[in-house]
Amino acid sequence: MKRFSTFNAVSLTAGFAFLYLPILLLILYSFNAGRSVAVWGGWSTKWYASVFSNQQLLDAAWITLKVAFLSASIATILGTMAALALARHGRFAGRTLFSGMVYAPLVMPEVITGLSLLLLFVSINVDRGFWTIVLAHITFTMCFVAVVVQSRLVSFDRSIEEAALDLGCTPFMTFFRITLPLILPAVISSWMLAFTLSLDDLVISSFTTGPGATTLPMKIYSDVRLGVKPEINAVCSMMVAVVTVTVIIASIMTKRQEVERERAERLAQTTS
Amino acid sequence: MTNTNHRWIVRAIPYLWTLVFFLIPFIIVFKISLSSPEIAQPPYSPTFDPFVDGWSETFARFAEFTSANYLRLFDDSIYVSSYLSSIWIAGSSTVMMLFIAYPLAYGMARAPKSWRPTLVMMVILPFWTSFLIRVYAWISILSEEGLLNSMLLSLGIIDEPLVILSTNAAVYIGILYSYLPFMVLPLYSALEKMDESLIEAAKDLGCTNIQAFWKVTFPLSLPGVIAGCFLVFIPAVGEFVIPDLLGGSDTVMIGKTMWEEFFNNRDWPAASAVAIALLIVLMIPIMIFQNNQAKQQEAGQ
Repeated sequence: MKRFSTFNAVSLTAGFAFLYLPILLLILYSFNAGRSVAVWGGWSTKWYASVFSNQQLLDAAWITLKVAFLSASIATILGTMAALALARHGRFAGRTLFSGMVYAPLVMPEVITGLSLLLLFVSINVDRGFWTIVLAHITFTMCFVAVVVQSRLVSFDRSIEEAALDLGCTPFMTFFRITLPLILPAVISSWMLAFTLSLDDLVISSFTTGPGATTLPMKIYSDVRLGVKPEINAVCSMMVAVVTVTVIIASIMTKRQEVERERAERLAQTTS
Repeated sequence: MTNTNHRWIVRAIPYLWTLVFFLIPFIIVFKISLSSPEIAQPPYSPTFDPFVDGWSETFARFAEFTSANYLRLFDDSIYVSSYLSSIWIAGSSTVMMLFIAYPLAYGMARAPKSWRPTLVMMVILPFWTSFLIRVYAWISILSEEGLLNSMLLSLGIIDEPLVILSTNAAVYIGILYSYLPFMVLPLYSALEKMDESLIEAAKDLGCTNIQAFWKVTFPLSLPGVIAGCFLVFIPAVGEFVIPDLLGGSDTVMIGKTMWEEFFNNRDWPAASAVAIALLIVLMIPIMIFQNNQAKQQEAGQ
């Protein structure tokens, strides 16, 4: 069994300290009784209490969750379709343009995506607000879904799908009975990726919003510009906690599924 | 098979979506970048509506297009210096990032096999938490009466607080911190695939550890280095949140300049011209990146 060498242990410790210390300090200071960000004034949960009595923050959080849930769900469907087209449809007319349009938003600066969507909404004269944010979020998150699902699609054995088609399955049934169960872990994790990207987005939401639709990052941003507030530490700590728990549960779930699938595959091999 | 006739629907829907919400918006941005600002709703001219004005009137309005917004990009030094300083800040933080990320990715790839999935998970986890929160966390660390200064003061290392927040140094720290996973993960996947017996062979043939690294390990990890550098550089050039929250008034980056043009000055044509110019600046790195990815995919198959 190989062990960590000293160099590797030091670089891992230093790297992870850099990644985690700021977040841990943020969480620690959300329990600070004092107002200062640097002086420890004893333990307190009063900032959490004040978050729950701040109606503006709660409204923003609710809007953000609704936007993230809707946009992640639609983006997962659209992104999976795009991934199927890119991985399974061979060459079709306009494929190069399509794959360019699917991959480009991954590296596109958010200010450009935000501005271009806003100008679209202005020129077709729609009222901006909740729904325009949802449309914008679907557009930029579906690319991430497409990439994750596509990498899963190219990695598994296509002969299973072909066998199902030979045995008389329609392509529609083949997708739901064979392909979807196999790519499900990737579909679930891409939904979560889309959900957290939407939860997180400040720039694109700021461009595409209208009166009455303020998301949590927009609210946090406008508060932060006025100075650091312990209340914001508490909001952020709760967001970190929610995301961490969801990611850990999902990774355990997909791991278990993977193990079961492998066992089933081994069983199938030994019995045949 | 008759069923395959319906397969085109699967690609038609996302195709249509990306056309309407990705390609057409860019054409609109381009059109508005050629317009003149107006105090009106919408705040630019010309506007086209052939159903109200008739086609000949609509075509006549094409003459109103102007290249003034692009000429201004070169005249007004704020734009040129924004582009240059964005490229400089993004480029130098990409190089610095390589020095931080490489040892971490190397340590992960050489860790015992049972540890690796957990280590990868630990790199990804902060990426799932909000970008805004991660930038915000640094404000309370770097500010004048923040954690870093109060720690250094109480240890007697410094006599008066360092001014880090609202300077370019804070912007570098913010970029290094926020984009670290983007560099670590491609490096890790390149290093993890490497056959370790190659290093042993190099050492048997008389290479020192350092020679073996530069002659074997580093060249083999090059696709990961390229992918990581572009994944950091491209979005960092257009970054808005980090220079806005951590940088000072003298930090000019193009994303911030565009934001201010749009939200503070309400000059939509100028903001559009800035966006198109930024896109042209980024076109070459984006194409190199996509080329690199496509090659990698082919090699994988």
